[in-house]
Amino acid sequence: MYAQMVKTEADRPRTLEEMDPQERAFQERIDAGIKIEPKDWMPEGYRKTLIRQISQHAHSEIVGQLPEGNWITRAPTLERKAILLAKVQDEAGHGLYLYCAAETLGVSRDQLTEQLLSGKAKYSSIFNYPTLTWADIGAIGWLVDGAAIMNQVPLQRCSFGPYSRAMIRVCKEESFHQRQGYDIMMKLCQGTPEQKAMAQDALNRWWWPSLMMFGPSDAESVHSAQSMAWKIKLNSNDELRQKFVDQTVPQAEYLGLTVPDPDLKWNEDKGGYDYGEIDWAEFFEVIKGNGPCNRERMAARVKAHEDGAWFREGLMAHAEKQAERRRNAAA
Amino acid sequence: MSSEWPLWEVFVRGQHGLSHRHVGSLHAPDAEMAINNARDVYTRRNEGVSIWVVKAGDITASSPGDKGPLFEPSNSKVYRHPTFFDIPEEVGPM
Repeated sequence: MYAQMVKTEADRPRTLEEMDPQERAFQERIDAGIKIEPKDWMPEGYRKTLIRQISQHAHSEIVGQLPEGNWITRAPTLERKAILLAKVQDEAGHGLYLYCAAETLGVSRDQLTEQLLSGKAKYSSIFNYPTLTWADIGAIGWLVDGAAIMNQVPLQRCSFGPYSRAMIRVCKEESFHQRQGYDIMMKLCQGTPEQKAMAQDALNRWWWPSLMMFGPSDAESVHSAQSMAWKIKLNSNDELRQKFVDQTVPQAEYLGLTVPDPDLKWNEDKGGYDYGEIDWAEFFEVIKGNGPCNRERMAARVKAHEDGAWFREGLMAHAEKQAERRRNAAA
Repeated sequence: MSSEWPLWEVFVRGQHGLSHRHVGSLHAPDAEMAINNARDVYTRRNEGVSIWVVKAGDITASSPGDKGPLFEPSNSKVYRHPTFFDIPEEVGPM
């Protein structure tokens, strides 16, 4: 999940009887499955929650370019390098679609960027982990993008039109990302013992952070009831996490790799895997800014923004000059 | 941040598409950069053969509240549809 710990103000959703007529009409539209569009009336809480969630998602796409970008110059073959470049380019595009969807809610992209750079806005915890070997690029595509798809497929039906349409586009491209990642893992696992060991090591380090992407357990996530009533969120964190585990464990088995969880066991009764306890202390530390790469990631973003200021201004000054020339020529 | 780049709406006509469809928006300092960016962002996978960009500020949209008065009159004029008229079979296709 690329947006984590997005809080709505309400502790519990209000019933239709408690709502004023405008809010009630809004909720009834959502219940009937009608999309909400930018010009429609919406409760302030709905607007705010969506701005937070969509912008956090957008920030994640932008910051997410850094861990993978780390291996572009060191990709082992030209083909792998070209694929990785295309993937990172897609991620920039996803950030762009999402910022535009957020902007239909009345914020500007520059405001959102400012919130990211000042540390006020969050991005997905997963991008605070380092990419130490080439196999990490495979693990990210397979696990991280796989977890993202698990979350984004239902979001294609989310109640806010621009967000749901952005997700439809994103999901198509995300599928390319996941497959290219798994393809890297397959090659490594069919390769030399050293290559296979590298793949196993990457799985060991990315497995738990990937499970954390779905956010805190349902018992802890007190604010999700309102998001679910508004159909901004369609499945609970634990539901999606379970689905991810069930889908991913056989994929690991196919590779001949071991999932780093001694408590992982098939549960015939529930028709899914039981898995071990997530290290929530680590999760909350990373969210708070104390993960392995939080500082490095933000420093890279801030540096790019500050060093690029003269260029952004230059382009704007040039555009204004050209526009003025055209005006004078027309006069 | 001295001045914000304006927002542009992007329309793309697909390979075999008859008309341009709205595909999204982006920020760019001018129209030329908007086209360049739209090409990179919205046509990476054969999506189209022609791009239009329009400054978002130049678009006026109808408001959802006007839906009734704007579109209702056409619903009440059923005779605008050819299927409204019964033509005897003997007349043949028309």
